[in-house]
Amino acid sequence: MTSDEQHLDGNAAGGVLGQIFAVEITTAQITCAGCGRDGILAETDVYATAMGTIIRCPGCGDALIRVAHGPQRYWVDFSGTRLLQLYVTE
Amino acid sequence: MERTALPGRLTWKLGRVVAIIDETPRAKSLVLDVPGWAGHIAGQHVDVRLTAEDGYQAERSYSIASPPQDRNLVLTVERLDDGEVSPYLTDGLQHGDQLELRGPIGGYFTWRVADGGPLLLVAGGSGIVPLMAMIRQRAAHQSTVPTRLLFSSRDIDDVIYRQELEQLAAADPALTVVHTLTRAQPPGWTGYRRRIDRAMLAEVAWPPSAQPRAFVCGPTSLVETVASALVELGHEPQRVKTERFGPSGGTI
Repeated sequence: MTSDEQHLDGNAAGGVLGQIFAVEITTAQITCAGCGRDGILAETDVYATAMGTIIRCPGCGDALIRVAHGPQRYWVDFSGTRLLQLYVTE
Repeated sequence: MERTALPGRLTWKLGRVVAIIDETPRAKSLVLDVPGWAGHIAGQHVDVRLTAEDGYQAERSYSIASPPQDRNLVLTVERLDDGEVSPYLTDGLQHGDQLELRGPIGGYFTWRVADGGPLLLVAGGSGIVPLMAMIRQRAAHQSTVPTRLLFSSRDIDDVIYRQELEQLAAADPALTVVHTLTRAQPPGWTGYRRRIDRAMLAEVAWPPSAQPRAFVCGPTSLVETVASALVELGHEPQRVKTERFGPSGGTI
């Protein structure tokens, strides 16, 4: 198994983010604060462990979103995201 | 039923196991009754959460195999021998047990009948599960959307939903199912016997001019190979949707 097999994609972050956001987030367009790359959240690289979830830019590898969870709370770090464009259906 | 309204925030729900179906020696389908389930779209998944007696929790994502119109929610789970969650789901779970789940999740890797086609579905191993929800949904609506499935499995006994796929394809000229068996083939096998590559896709896939909607699901290596090969063959990247799952315990 290579390290490449360890990560998932943004689809896998839909559950934890769906518990935080009321709108569908995996189809959101996300802009990396590091390299400026635009992409769909479902197409990012996701590293999920028991401690939390890290969503990385497939272009430069920087962390776009970090989510850690503890008892009755989430810590959400968006410092790697410049812009999140969310689509809503009427 | 299909809903288009905003689902709101996801919460954990309890499902009860009403049946367990053996699909292959390593894969089982869990048929769940989930009170308050608001419906889903073919291609979506759920997160399953297990809690140990000491409070330790583990979560994993599993694709929904059942089409939206079914009364029960069906998850097909493949056992990973060193897995933390799947061995319990395939071997420990019993009829009547309850399971914590969160979903439905995902608006990207989804297909509705109204989205049309043609459909190009490419699966590796249990990557067939969300694609099967699409195939079942298509069949339930008697949709004639031309559909091709290229399905990679290790050997013939490992092919999930083999009989159902055979029956659906035999009854429907617009549905073509092509298998490749990468590790072992039964006597007289005339199909593919290698991992999916660009040459195989060039033979099986719709030409780019047909503008198919492609859905690719499987282990990371398969998904990356297939997605890049489709783009090299001239398919628009936006029409190639991918979903990868974690370590599969071997190559497919």
